[in-house]
Amino acid sequence: MSKTKFGIFGGQFVPEILMDELINLEKSYEEFKNNPKCISELEFLMNSYANRPSLLYFAENMTKNLGGAKVYLKREDLNHTGSHKINNVLGQALLAKYMGKKRLIAETGAGQHGVATATAAALLGLECEIFMGSEDTKRQALNVYRMELLGAKVHSVTSGTMTLKDAVNEAMREWAGNYKDTFYLLGSVMGPHPYPTIVRDFQSVISKEARKQILEIEGRLPNTVMACIGGGSNAIGMFYHFIGDPEVNLIGVEAAGLGIETGKHAATMTCGRPGIFHGMKSIFCQDEHGQISPVYSISAGLDYPGAGPEHAWLNSVGRAKYFAATDKEAVEAFEYLSRVEGIIPAIESSHAIAYARKIIPEMKKDDIVIICLSGRGDKDVAAIAKYKGEKLYE
Amino acid sequence: MNKLSEIFKNKALVGFLTAGDPDMDSCKDFIMQMVRAGADVIEIGIPFSDPIAEDEIVQTSAFRALKAGTTVEGVFELVKSLRENTNVPVIFSTYLNPVFNYGYEFFFKKCSELGVCGVIIPDLPYEEKSEIQEFSDKYKVDIIPVLAAKSSGRMSKIALGARGFIHLMSSLNPSSPKKDDIQKLKKTAEEIKNITKTPCATVFGEPSFNDIKIANEISQGVVIGSAIVKIIAEHGKNASEKIYDYVKSIKNAF
Repeated sequence: MSKTKFGIFGGQFVPEILMDELINLEKSYEEFKNNPKCISELEFLMNSYANRPSLLYFAENMTKNLGGAKVYLKREDLNHTGSHKINNVLGQALLAKYMGKKRLIAETGAGQHGVATATAAALLGLECEIFMGSEDTKRQALNVYRMELLGAKVHSVTSGTMTLKDAVNEAMREWAGNYKDTFYLLGSVMGPHPYPTIVRDFQSVISKEARKQILEIEGRLPNTVMACIGGGSNAIGMFYHFIGDPEVNLIGVEAAGLGIETGKHAATMTCGRPGIFHGMKSIFCQDEHGQISPVYSISAGLDYPGAGPEHAWLNSVGRAKYFAATDKEAVEAFEYLSRVEGIIPAIESSHAIAYARKIIPEMKKDDIVIICLSGRGDKDVAAIAKYKGEKLYE
Repeated sequence: MNKLSEIFKNKALVGFLTAGDPDMDSCKDFIMQMVRAGADVIEIGIPFSDPIAEDEIVQTSAFRALKAGTTVEGVFELVKSLRENTNVPVIFSTYLNPVFNYGYEFFFKKCSELGVCGVIIPDLPYEEKSEIQEFSDKYKVDIIPVLAAKSSGRMSKIALGARGFIHLMSSLNPSSPKKDDIQKLKKTAEEIKNITKTPCATVFGEPSFNDIKIANEISQGVVIGSAIVKIIAEHGKNASEKIYDYVKSIKNAF
């Protein structure tokens, strides 16, 4: 396998002007990850600031209720800023400092990655500018305010479909013009090499911990690990240290939106085709002419027309399997976990819960499933209430 | 020297527009006006949904063209219809995904049949050229590299492998170009000249007469990056005359 690719997927499909900086990034990252001082600084922040290691929680009520495999939840929702995003952000922000950059830029859809980036910038004394589609700034006004509170400037993107993919386009343009002092802190396992590898490495802490924790609790590996997938950062984090264990099934659950048949979804693996976009060869939702399709999901965090190249590869070789859950199923799962376990999951993570509810009853009682609970659902409460037709007053 | 390079022997003017903005018939007319006014090469943009390397003027033009239903096949039809009236050298600029989706070999074969002699693909850097190099060689359609005015260790390998011509991006502030930037541009052009015989054309969004003077001094041509697109954005279907006058004025300043 070439070092920039996963099988045929990945690569560096970016304008020439960015190539020097990508090569610089790759070189700096190699130094960073082999520098004990950098790594111990990252571990210190992960543990003392971000609240790692995250719990592996035995969901006893859910297990009894579903009547199949034993269910464990990897509690990334308990991290500082409320999701797995902080794992990657702290890593890249320290890398940015190591490279001598003064300013972080990032794209964000729902705002979770933007909030995490603004948080790291505040902590480490870096300037921060977040690119967010103007549609999303309206839908996620609260997160815009959070980012501003943390000292970031939020740039509302009005080009194209005015959503996450356009925010990525604009962040890349900004980066191309200012990479001397600016670090592009990409939020998922996507984009040109080395980003998919960097983000995966920083997120792989999820499965590193989970593997150790389940061996301590159960004395054996799980039968299945599951995660929701948009770009795929929490999923690759949940999969990574189990990829070499062929007895562990890896399942990613993407957003089927209003239903695959309606065309209003973000189910890239189910409906997409190979293509080249945002710096990578991967799988994308696109029309018959190779134009990238607008996608839809109730979950802004899964509302992206592509999946990372390592997922495209895991899918192509059959190592991981990908399924989809609809808005309706995700909302039901959101309510289900709230009632059964007293945990309000992010609407993104609810997609994984939704698919788990389908397959767990069919599994044996001594089987073990770990679901990555990638984020908490406080941010989604108003949107879910609206979806249910209820009125909320602030 | 290959066919496309030959054209730059006596300084060439390259004019860019987006296919299908506002519609294909108008585009054909605009291109004929550009040819009549003295454009030596026509660069036709095949619109893509996410043109990350373009400025706002060209981005919005691509969105208009896509909204009007422009497809790769439709752009080939446009060139086919142009060939009834002119043999002007045509190059395409687009992104890799529409080409990948069309099929690399089909795309290059069709280019070669219609006399499209080069392609510019901004999201295909040197490292990924192997995606399409064999088809470019087989059908003799040049991959035109884009270089920025900055010193980079990568320049020599890119310039060495360049066929047709090289796009040299100027990043001069249109109203008040800084002396430093002009010097950088000159230096880059000189370095390229020392490495390769492949000619170089300087790209400006909206070139001023002074820009053209600089381009003439340091390179073998000028590419009008967005000025024509801007005229089309303002005047739509009625842009013909304005385009002719504009291109004529640039040609005269050569």
